Amino acid sequence: MTRVAVVVFPGTNCEHDTVHAFRSLGADAELVWHRQDTLDGFDAVVLPGGFAHGDYLRTGAIARLAPVMGPVAGMARAGRPVLGICNGFQILCEAGLLPGALIANSGLAFLCRWVEVEVISDRSVLTSLARPGQVLRIPLNSYEGNYVDPSLSGRVVMRYVDTPNGSQGGAAAVTNLDGNVVGVMPHPERGSDELLGSADGLILLEGFLASARVGAGV
Amino acid sequence: MSDQSVIIEDEETAPVEISSVHHQLGLTDDEFDRIRAILGRDPRPAELAMYSVMWSEHCSYKSSRVHLKRFPTAAPWVVVGPGENAGVIDIGDGWYVALRIESHNHPSFVEPYQGAATGVGGIIRDIFTMGARPIALWDSIRFGPLGQARNRYLLKGVVAGIAGYGNAVGVPTVGGEIGFAEHYSNNPLVNVMCLGLMRREQLVLARSGPEGTRAILLGAGTGRDGIGGASILASTPFDAASSQKRPSVQVGDPFEEKKLIEACLELYERDLVIGVQDLGAAGLSCAASEPVAKSGMGIDLDLDLVHVRESGMNAVELLMSESQERMMAFVDPSRVEAVLAVAAKWEIDAAVVGTVRDHGNVSVNHGGETVAEIPAASLVTGAPNYERPLGEPQWMEDLWSNTVKFVAQPAIATALLQMLDDPALASKAWAFEQYDHMLFLNTVIGPGHDASLLRVKGTDKGLALSVDGDGRLCYLDPRRGGARLVYEGALQVALTGARPLAVVDNLNFGNPEKPEVMWQLRETIEGISEACEALGMPVIGGNVSLYNETNGIDIYPTPVVGVLGLAAPLPSPPPRLDRALAGMELWLFGTEWAINLAGSTFELVTFAHIGGRPTAPDPTAGRAALQAGQMLAQEGVTPVLHDISSGGLALAVAEVAISSGVGVTVRYSDWRHLFCEDPHRFIAAVSPDAAIRVAGLAAEAAIPAAPIGEFGGNEIVFDRNGIRAALDLGVATSTWSQALSRRLA
Repeated sequence: MTRVAVVVFPGTNCEHDTVHAFRSLGADAELVWHRQDTLDGFDAVVLPGGFAHGDYLRTGAIARLAPVMGPVAGMARAGRPVLGICNGFQILCEAGLLPGALIANSGLAFLCRWVEVEVISDRSVLTSLARPGQVLRIPLNSYEGNYVDPSLSGRVVMRYVDTPNGSQGGAAAVTNLDGNVVGVMPHPERGSDELLGSADGLILLEGFLASARVGAGV
Repeated sequence: MSDQSVIIEDEETAPVEISSVHHQLGLTDDEFDRIRAILGRDPRPAELAMYSVMWSEHCSYKSSRVHLKRFPTAAPWVVVGPGENAGVIDIGDGWYVALRIESHNHPSFVEPYQGAATGVGGIIRDIFTMGARPIALWDSIRFGPLGQARNRYLLKGVVAGIAGYGNAVGVPTVGGEIGFAEHYSNNPLVNVMCLGLMRREQLVLARSGPEGTRAILLGAGTGRDGIGGASILASTPFDAASSQKRPSVQVGDPFEEKKLIEACLELYERDLVIGVQDLGAAGLSCAASEPVAKSGMGIDLDLDLVHVRESGMNAVELLMSESQERMMAFVDPSRVEAVLAVAAKWEIDAAVVGTVRDHGNVSVNHGGETVAEIPAASLVTGAPNYERPLGEPQWMEDLWSNTVKFVAQPAIATALLQMLDDPALASKAWAFEQYDHMLFLNTVIGPGHDASLLRVKGTDKGLALSVDGDGRLCYLDPRRGGARLVYEGALQVALTGARPLAVVDNLNFGNPEKPEVMWQLRETIEGISEACEALGMPVIGGNVSLYNETNGIDIYPTPVVGVLGLAAPLPSPPPRLDRALAGMELWLFGTEWAINLAGSTFELVTFAHIGGRPTAPDPTAGRAALQAGQMLAQEGVTPVLHDISSGGLALAVAEVAISSGVGVTVRYSDWRHLFCEDPHRFIAAVSPDAAIRVAGLAAEAAIPAAPIGEFGGNEIVFDRNGIRAALDLGVATSTWSQALSRRLA
């Protein structure tokens, strides 16, 4: 069974939802406390959404110093699948594992709503099972969801159909050059059940698990 | 802080000599004498401070207790009724839910962001104090008209505070309501309801355990913020000097609370505590005394051991501080180390500050001196019980006879457009999109609908909740208004397929020292009680907020009623507002119209009129509507079910059309049917092939039901014998969508 580590920082709040969604797909998803300094035995790691360290100082700025971030960087370097969702995306940027940064929404207000995102590329651990051009309906839930990348070195793998937060190029999900480290601002785990409005996010989580099974990036 | 400087003395152990100190703490001469009689001597400063907060209106319910006894509170599914931190009911399969509603009105007027934020924090603590994980929030908020800049500032600040705290603490805000009336201009209402879920064995009560039990203070350091919030802010009327009370507003830290939630849930899961009590109003004074009093015990409390965030605090300040994000745990001595280890893991501070004793006193040490030694029970149950004078206001007869005489049919489409542009009736997306309303993957029906519907993972069940207040209706008739709120909430819950099980209420009223206000309070309680009895629902908890009076003007009597229902099983998919399709029939359910527009939104929006006497609820029709709604939702034969309330049939139909993105034609015979808000009525969208089954279910529930139109096209059309009034769906949608946000831009 594919083993996925779901990291918990003080203030993280989407960890149980993320575990629930991965387990519904048959994966072995386990919570890992941020003070843990090894991820041995895990095939992939997820930094879930929430407010790590209360977003104090700057989103992700304190979390990136956590002991667990060493092995997270190690998995990224080794080409293993690393996914940051929402606050996790912010942490990956702060940690330098993804280029760019996430700043306040252009509307200067928190935004929780269903959005449509278009898959741009299937060359990432998140979009590996989706097809380019496919439009997915999943929830957005962030204040600092506005992606900026002056270096233009991040590859956008999903973009908003109608950008709600000012994100550069409409970027909703960004990957590194190898495609194994992905940050996504909307929450795939919240789009994992028709009863709650959509199950479109499952194809992303399934793709992530498939990448973890083959043990490397795309 | 000139009003408090006098109590912050260096000589803490000296008896109080300044006779006016108790006035400044909000105690009357009679209450001061009562304290002297209890102690047999003059109180010391710390003792007087403790009595002042524990006997405040906010904490002791001294003006309302005699009337609150009227509420029905018993039912087989009630595990914990009123009087604890939250009500608890049994939903089967080993699951309990905890529910509570609280107000934070005065703090939100003084400082809207922090007032609302700490209101959210406080109600969440009430829920996890019971052992439950808080899983959802609702807020019911009221302001003055948005034409005034001050009201826009208050609304924006309160919504930002709810979002800022709720989102970060990790409890989704899944529903609520926003209302407006001039009466709230200088006294906004901020009521927050929280729901928690727990396994049966995790229930915790505010009990102290036996002699020798240790009291451990968990969470944030104690500071000088919020000193006297309960007695000074929440229990006195407001005037122009109220902004000086800003230091009495607490400051919230959602991150600290998030860690505290997780730490406490781990303590419960590992069965490490005997009892807990959160520190809210009255701070340490309450948390140290209430659990021991309820257990018939006393406590030795050492203030020198309390962890603080600023130095030099005296005993009075330490005992009265309402610093947020603190919890008192009562722990067997053998488990103290384990509790401290859990606190360390979650990076929260913890200190053993006291020991439970059988001497029955709250004995407080500070700096090696005993600064207080008072019977614990006298703090908790010793407050006076006032039977304040009450009398029917002289204005009621005039109000009831002040009705509108209509000479001609109004322009229906124009009236509807006016309503769609009214921020009280229009889309609230501007607010609820600022709230995380999806966390925990339970939100089957979220904000923007009548009732919210949450699934309970691991079961086939759902929890339906609604929250509604109505000041205008209760101003016109508090008894009928209070009762109708209960029926309306129950109907909204039933339309998701749930059976209404329990009620919580937040009674927001004016100055109880006025007989008219006490009459309004008594009548409202009577109305709520009658309706609850008729529907078999107990009141499992609530809150009373009095002194909502600024510059001598009382707010409308504004009860806010939360109704909890259980959907077993959870309909999949449940009826929603946005599932109407072209070709479906529009059905109306409910008894013959009384054709009474008194108190209606139509009269308010079109004629700026408030008068007449609203229609009384009818228990038989009310029960029939609940039964019909529940059956229709459970059978899945009505993709849309929507109750008729503010704005009447016309607005209800428009809301379905806008949400579903499809036009509708409504046939009617008397235009007043379109705007009448008489209770126990609802509409449905029905596929033609399900019409026979729908009619059969309505007959079974003994409720009149008939198709009155059909969905389709791009207009909202009202048709009387071929005479059509039409409103373009696009115009209706953009008006309704922007009514609130454009006024705040």
